[in-house]
Amino acid sequence: MSLTDVFSAARAESRAALIGYLPAGFPTVEGSKDHLRSMIESGCDLVEVGLPFSDPVMDGPTIQAAAEQALSAGFRVRDLFDVVAAVSDAGGRAVVMTYWNPVLRYGVDAFARDLAAAGGLGIITPDLVPDEADDWMAASAAHGLDRTFLVAPSSTEERIAMTARASSGFLYATAVMGVTGARDVVSSAAPALVARVREHTTLPIGVGLGVRSGAQAAEIAGFADGVIVGSAFVSAAGESDAAVRALAADLAKGVRSAVAPV
Amino acid sequence: MGQFTPTPHDPDARGHFGPWGGRFVPEALIAAVDELAAEYDKARLDPEFVNEFKRLLRDFAGRPSLLTEAPKFAEHAGTRVWLKREDLNHTGSHKINNVLGQALLTKRMGKQRVIAETGAGQHGVATATACALLGLDCVVYMGEVDTERQALNVARMRLLGAEVIPVKSGSRTLKDAINEALRDWVTNVDDTHYLLGTAAGPHPFPLLVRDFHRIIGIEAREQILEKAGRLPDAVVACVGGGSNAIGIFHGFIDDADVRLVGVEPGGSGLDSGSHGATLTAGTPGSLHGAMSYVMQDQDGQITEAHSISAGLDYPGVGPEHSHLKDIGRAEYFPVTDAEAMEAFALLSRTEGIIPAIESSHALAGALKLGPSLGPDGLLVVNLSGRGDKDMDTAVKYFGLADGGQA
Repeated sequence: MSLTDVFSAARAESRAALIGYLPAGFPTVEGSKDHLRSMIESGCDLVEVGLPFSDPVMDGPTIQAAAEQALSAGFRVRDLFDVVAAVSDAGGRAVVMTYWNPVLRYGVDAFARDLAAAGGLGIITPDLVPDEADDWMAASAAHGLDRTFLVAPSSTEERIAMTARASSGFLYATAVMGVTGARDVVSSAAPALVARVREHTTLPIGVGLGVRSGAQAAEIAGFADGVIVGSAFVSAAGESDAAVRALAADLAKGVRSAVAPV
Repeated sequence: MGQFTPTPHDPDARGHFGPWGGRFVPEALIAAVDELAAEYDKARLDPEFVNEFKRLLRDFAGRPSLLTEAPKFAEHAGTRVWLKREDLNHTGSHKINNVLGQALLTKRMGKQRVIAETGAGQHGVATATACALLGLDCVVYMGEVDTERQALNVARMRLLGAEVIPVKSGSRTLKDAINEALRDWVTNVDDTHYLLGTAAGPHPFPLLVRDFHRIIGIEAREQILEKAGRLPDAVVACVGGGSNAIGIFHGFIDDADVRLVGVEPGGSGLDSGSHGATLTAGTPGSLHGAMSYVMQDQDGQITEAHSISAGLDYPGVGPEHSHLKDIGRAEYFPVTDAEAMEAFALLSRTEGIIPAIESSHALAGALKLGPSLGPDGLLVVNLSGRGDKDMDTAVKYFGLADGGQA
């Protein structure tokens, strides 16, 4: 099963894919495995396993606090592969979302090798643009991993085209200019950005930043191929596994009841 | 050679100094750094911009800054020592050079809001000053620990009309202030310029911050030739992020016989693990948008720097310094908190100049380097800032309030 298959399967059901994020090691290494399995069982088509990092400049307070908690509890990068393997063993599909420095430190090729061995499908790279990604292009090709780069409302047409060419699996469109965190309304910039991206690529497009409810998921499913939910899952995981399951179920219903964009 | 003349030492079009530098930032910020790079490329060749910058340096900042011989301090160094007096600039440090340049660029780009990070508060005060002068809105992010260490500078910034936001995340020091400034920038990039305070960060910051500080080296070279009749054997500067050092180094970078010496914050000593000597003890990594040496653990988590000087308390360093270290053009070594404080007291007592604790690291470096040069040797030390802001630290360190003597 590849990322392409994940999106094809959702498309075959005329719906968007649901993609849920949780940092590995939050609230504990074993706890994150449990929550990620619950997310899959309750309707996530794909999970993003986050690598906690000391300096998460793209993240708002919720994910910052989760990363800090994981790190102060002694999380190590090798635990990430353990968590990814737990997802794969449970029949789920996982990609990793990570800032680039821990990958550099581990060794780009070694990281790709160990992620592939754990059953991971690719990496989402919030602070690595294709311009700086020569090593990652080579390592991902060598180990059969997909590359998800980000596009933003501020991206030029030229950069969208270049970023789409460098990506595989799916593209990540950031719905707002800003950091991660649940928001009350879906950004009006998101549909416009997705429409611009479609001019340049047939890759599936996932939309993230600020989604927290089934209603918002339904709205995004009206124009995107994937709905990405992060901070809301982190908040739920801070409460209970039941809260994680309930959120996933609500969102899964949302991606199946897409509303046309206004 | 003018301050903005392109040189063979400029990075490539994407900001690389050899393997260092570049842009490790979210895609959302690429448009902003592209805009900044394009604007700077135009401005550096525009006589109107260059003349306005020079006018502000002269009529507002008080340049050129003096080059002062320090003969009594030099007796302790065993060689001749001249001080480049950046402490005499308006706002009390070299930082004013960069903020005036970037504030003018902000106006050129039609942006009205400026954000900045600050450690010791020198860059924050300088930024608030430039914003007051040019009528820009100013928000300064400062680690909560630093707002306590440098309460007077917080008050200065507020008096100048800036909003100071204490940063409570992470280690609550300079690196976390930069993280928070980057989060603000990615959210408000349309109307906001991030006025980065050191020669680090994504391209074009290392280039343009260096160029705004090149005036230090250009003046120092002319002054030492005039006053001493020859070039120095070495130029010595402290290195946190590295902006004052890169500015003075560039005046001498093509003089192969002039050693370029960067002095890093050794904290309690390298063995203690409690220091900020990134170039001496760090490893390659990406932090705050550029590839450079960084202080990190085996997993690539950034570790906390420690220095008695808030302005040097940073686990990264500008990428051009990593390059100069690798190619052997510059050399870097640490001095401890204790050595820096000894130099701080020594210059105060012997020459009547109270230096910033940051700059005291360079002075301590000169004391170490001097004996090998002998009495005919010649050092130029960049006295990057004045020490008024550090009196609280000095009072505690030397017990001055209890009748103690430094």
